[in-house]
Amino acid sequence: MSGHDHHHHDDEHAREHDRPLSGPALRVKALESLLVEKGLVDPKALDELIDTYETKVGPRNGARVVARAWVDAAFKKHLLADGGAAIAELGYTGLDAEIIVLENTPKVRNLVVCTLCSCYPWPVLGLPPVWYKSAPYRSRAVIDPRGVLKELGEAVTDDVEVRVWDSTAELRYLVLPERPAGTEGWTEEELAGIVTRDSMIGVAQVTVPAGSRR
Amino acid sequence: MNGVHDMGGMHGLGPVEIEKNEPVFHSEWEAHVFAFTVAAAAHRRWNIDMSRHSRERMPPAEYLAATYYERWLFGLQKLLVEEGLVSARELETGRAESKADGARTLRAAGVAEFLRTRIHARLEDKVPPKFKPGDRVVARNIHPAGHTRLPRYARGRRGTVERDHGVFIFPDTNAMSRDKKPQHLYTVHFTARELWGHAAPARDGVYLNLWDDYLDAA
Repeated sequence: MSGHDHHHHDDEHAREHDRPLSGPALRVKALESLLVEKGLVDPKALDELIDTYETKVGPRNGARVVARAWVDAAFKKHLLADGGAAIAELGYTGLDAEIIVLENTPKVRNLVVCTLCSCYPWPVLGLPPVWYKSAPYRSRAVIDPRGVLKELGEAVTDDVEVRVWDSTAELRYLVLPERPAGTEGWTEEELAGIVTRDSMIGVAQVTVPAGSRR
Repeated sequence: MNGVHDMGGMHGLGPVEIEKNEPVFHSEWEAHVFAFTVAAAAHRRWNIDMSRHSRERMPPAEYLAATYYERWLFGLQKLLVEEGLVSARELETGRAESKADGARTLRAAGVAEFLRTRIHARLEDKVPPKFKPGDRVVARNIHPAGHTRLPRYARGRRGTVERDHGVFIFPDTNAMSRDKKPQHLYTVHFTARELWGHAAPARDGVYLNLWDDYLDAA
């Protein structure tokens, strides 16, 4: 590893332009130049792709799906029966997979993983975080989901069933977390504001953050 | 293949660490690997299963040491050369020796449409299902040297068919020879005890999506 890699992320990003490129950065630049020169990729399309996943497609999409399900029983029913179609109603579609929605209840906790690679519901959650794609999560989620949850501060009691969903096909999973107590009467928009990415993967529950009361 | 990518159930790989306020990309080069990998797929020279298999073929020690987008970079370079979009010499020297057919090259104006267009893994072929919900099945004890989506931890284990999703492309053959081999895909439920032994919690279970070719009646 070069010294470059030891810098903190923000720092690394800031320095990228004024330090010599090393390791992967150099190889990536060389390959991109080649692909552009051959006419296989268009740099403007690359910028558009990056912008799409940095600013347009992300867990805010999924949060709106969850909030709608919490306030609209008919939508929730549709969502659980045909996740992809219900989600498309809100305008989130795309790429190669169908989406299945898994409902958490006081007695059932769902946890999503892809042990073989990094399958993740892009249209509703954007690109997966590093931990989701990492060896620790991929190895442990199936053999010790309770241990993983406990480590993340989400210990599950013995009377709750833990269901782990290993994404092995072109079907993607979105967890519908439980609506937290104390949110009665909240608007859909306010509810969407407290739904986290991790709650839709299943490693966290939605809570009412201190100070977020209306 | 029995590769190191098939991680389900391994020990010793460390704690799960969630980064607070994680950026979508941790550096500019990661963003670019992501973008040109997606853009290169617009040429339709490979399918998603070939793409996954290209990353699985990274040597195991390298795979474990690599970051996520380094694996993507490795896989893309393999596919570019194997599927004839770039020659090995061009990759080596970094200099283009010929121009590509740019007819399918993804343009900025086409990105939204490209991302909206679903490439269906679901097929319309009329293939009868071998199983129905409620059937007891056993995942085959097979060890294909090529691509497979049957994790090692489920092989030889007994489960129950939960749901029949209809007919889908079979990834094992699609990755190796572009043979879609249409067949039913199911969600199969395995109890945690069946997979991990009697120390596992009685209520828990793992659900996998498995195809007819992975299953026998139990």
